[in-house]
Amino acid sequence: MSSIMTSKIRQRQIYQVISSGKRLDGRGLTDYRPIKIEKGIIERAEGSARVLLGKTEVIAGVKVEVGEPFPDRPNEGTFTVNSELVPLASPEFEPGPPNEDAIELARVVDRGIRESQAIDLEKLCLVPGKKVYVIFIDIYTLNHDGNLIDASALAALAALMNTKIPIYTVENGEIRKTSEYMPLPIRNYPIAVTFANIGDKMIVDPWLEEEEVMSTRLTVTVDKDDKISAIQKGGGGALAPQQILEAVCIAKEKARELRRLVVDSLG
Amino acid sequence: MIDEKGLRTDGRRPNELRPIKMEVGVLSNADGSAYIEQGKSKVLAAVYGPRELHPRHLALPDRAILRCRYHMAPFSVEERKSPAPSRREIELSKVIREALEPAIFLEKFPRTSIDIFIEVLQADGGTRCAGTTAAALALADAGIPMRDLVAACAAGKVDGVLVLDLNDIEDKEGEADMPVSYMPNLGLISLLQMDGSLTFEEFKQVLNLALEGCKQIYKLQKEALKAKYVAIKEEVETCLQS
Repeated sequence: MSSIMTSKIRQRQIYQVISSGKRLDGRGLTDYRPIKIEKGIIERAEGSARVLLGKTEVIAGVKVEVGEPFPDRPNEGTFTVNSELVPLASPEFEPGPPNEDAIELARVVDRGIRESQAIDLEKLCLVPGKKVYVIFIDIYTLNHDGNLIDASALAALAALMNTKIPIYTVENGEIRKTSEYMPLPIRNYPIAVTFANIGDKMIVDPWLEEEEVMSTRLTVTVDKDDKISAIQKGGGGALAPQQILEAVCIAKEKARELRRLVVDSLG
Repeated sequence: MIDEKGLRTDGRRPNELRPIKMEVGVLSNADGSAYIEQGKSKVLAAVYGPRELHPRHLALPDRAILRCRYHMAPFSVEERKSPAPSRREIELSKVIREALEPAIFLEKFPRTSIDIFIEVLQADGGTRCAGTTAAALALADAGIPMRDLVAACAAGKVDGVLVLDLNDIEDKEGEADMPVSYMPNLGLISLLQMDGSLTFEEFKQVLNLALEGCKQIYKLQKEALKAKYVAIKEEVETCLQS
């Protein structure tokens, strides 16, 4: 997901600073940029959140509808994650249907939520086999300054935690919307932690210029019980097994740190 | 999913691969090609290039661009799949391309493209790995200089047991699936995905299991490459004798 052109001199500078264990913006190798999470920023959406990760800015909106369940899961609600790299977010983004970067981004966020069973889908069934809640999570990138995956995963989780779904009454298989709302049942808090491999170092939360320099990206999603729910390697490089194991260890610590932030910000 | 003897639905032990058949040079039009059968999964891969790139403005002045399309045939799965590329196929095309990229000396062919086409003819789990394995063979068959072959294999967790090379049911019903591609000579992992739920200890074991699988597949790849030239050598010898 690299975008701006970084000059060769700048690239070498980033590379050298990182190989000495520091970073150009003063962070340590495993430090995140300042994170700010705001909830409920879009009143029309059933749930929403804005995440600022340094200068990277992402909003996630949740819309809720009633639809049919998947035939193999008649007693469960469904959800989809979509992401849009809208052209106002970066000179490199172009209008049109989602490209492979946007699709990968959405699918990595989706896997974290799905595999950690963050949403209690069984509680989202209205009429078994016929009517269930359908949750749409749409992620909008507003400003791309690197590490869209972690920002998007945070925004999606925060928006889900902020979501209120309309209560329906069921009579003889017919459903009727009431004016009451209840919180979306959330039972896990998956956190994505992304690394960039630069030289022999694995750094956390790469910003845009570091993404330009990195050979490989690694995202580890960790759930509230310290279990790994999803992993995705990206970029045209390769990693030694030892580097991966180290990253997974760091991810566990970082995920705890970020989870506290999301939970605190939403009360 | 695992019986009382510790055997899997298809009778395999946890650390056992499915029967694998590989063949190189199966398509005459392509610059390189390969076919792999891994259990019931059947996958074809073809490579065209290095060749002139269209559209031209995509060309890079210092290296070739690598393009990859992973695609499933409509008849490859139980219910007909629409031939239009799905979001899953678009993502897999990307991760497979990125799995092969570190193995290829792209800088030897500036301004050109190398195109990889992977067609899944029948899917029974592990098709992205089988596709990666076949594509690496097709690249080698096309004579493209490579740092190493790329061998891919998944491992995961089914019914609480860590298993190698999951088939479709195991993937769907199991607790975790982790596709891995490995370049044994370089000791580097170029594809890594995981979904499910694993503790750190389990993750470590599953990764090691997958790497063992990759090493076995690597051996089979080398045999398949050699087999093509043994066949040619024998043909030449019979010609000379007659």
